Amino acid sequence: MAGNREFLNRRLHSLLGVIPIGLFLVQHLVVNNFATRGPEAFNNAANFMGNLPFRIVLETVIIYLPILFHAIYGLYIAFTAKNNAGKYGYFRNWMFLLQRVSGVITLIFITWHVWETRVAAAFGAHVNYDMMADILSSPFMFGFYVVGIISTIFHFANGLWSFLVSWGITVSPRSQVISTYFTIGVFIILSIVGISTLLAFV
Amino acid sequence: MSENKTVKFIVTRQDSPDSAPYEEEFELAYRPNMNVISALMEIRRNPVNTKGQATTPITWDSNCLEEVCGACSMVINGKPRQSCSALVDQLEQPIRLEPMRTFPVVRDLQVDRSRMFDALKKVKAWIPIDGTYDLGPGPRMPEKKRQWAYELSKCMTCGVCLEACPNVNSNSNFIGPQPLSQVRLFNAHPTGAMNKAERLEAIMGDGGLANCGNSQNCVQSCPKGIPLTTSIAALNRDTTFQAFRNFFGSDQV
Repeated sequence: MAGNREFLNRRLHSLLGVIPIGLFLVQHLVVNNFATRGPEAFNNAANFMGNLPFRIVLETVIIYLPILFHAIYGLYIAFTAKNNAGKYGYFRNWMFLLQRVSGVITLIFITWHVWETRVAAAFGAHVNYDMMADILSSPFMFGFYVVGIISTIFHFANGLWSFLVSWGITVSPRSQVISTYFTIGVFIILSIVGISTLLAFV
Repeated sequence: MSENKTVKFIVTRQDSPDSAPYEEEFELAYRPNMNVISALMEIRRNPVNTKGQATTPITWDSNCLEEVCGACSMVINGKPRQSCSALVDQLEQPIRLEPMRTFPVVRDLQVDRSRMFDALKKVKAWIPIDGTYDLGPGPRMPEKKRQWAYELSKCMTCGVCLEACPNVNSNSNFIGPQPLSQVRLFNAHPTGAMNKAERLEAIMGDGGLANCGNSQNCVQSCPKGIPLTTSIAALNRDTTFQAFRNFFGSDQV
């Protein structure tokens, strides 16, 4: 049974990174950007998201399970590669290496992020503007969040590029060049959204 | 002055498949238009290293000497390529020669490339035309398509793409870009297309197509300029449809 599952696992891994995890990431970055309109706007948005009907089901099916699979299988993929960007310094080979490095950084970041917000919330902490402002008041944590968010967005944007190749959507070299520019755009735009949110808390 | 010019080589040697590799340096008189193979032949004629010690001749593999057989591939100054078309005048010195370690080393620079031939069998890289009676002429191939397919048929199973691929290594069972592009070649042939699904299913198995991580080193390294990553992406598309057909069933045979 386990024999021919590799194809399915790889395709599923690629798909889950975009749907639903990628979509969730975009939604999460956009909703949190309410912070730029002040604490009250952020708290209203956080309350709205936090009180969605069937929240636990939505979180489990759309976020936790897909991320868990993507992370565990992704670690396996990352550590079966023998990186050689030093010897073959082509653009795509660097992206290959960065995709694996950013994946590991993102996993560390997300684990901490979930611990600090969702797990804390389960123990009674209030997830609101003050909580984030408190966390980000430490320069170390601010730096950690900047690195974590940039790395997550990079992993998503570059992963979107390879999703398009892995599913056979971009086949010709030209289509792959165009999707490179497109995903660079995604990376820049989402980075601006994410970093401006962070800056709103300090 | 030119008669005193020399060429320096640093060769990674290995006496048997299991013994430890070591480096040995050689210096020989320069001659115009030397390639790496002619230098290795020169060393074989007088196997003495730079320390003046007599040593064994270097073992390497070669055959056609015109970059069509793929046998003489080795890592030259850090990059895998054919040693017959590696001209000494175009190489930085000292010239470093190493075996392609992705493959089992037989001795010195000679490696065992049989995994690639096994992979061709695994993916059914041929067109079955044998039968108990004359099958008659096959469907015709448009000339434009023939010319396109010719580019894919230039693969000489040299192993450079496998050596450059970060996902082909001892931790992974990835068959590598070389047999994958051959699947596209044989699936494109009008007669070969009759067994398209069999080949696609072969590369959807363990160690197959899905192991590609899109580093695209293969297409950068291929000495024949074969569009390997385009082949892989095209097969990604074909296997997507094949997977849907396998799962949901299809009205097409």
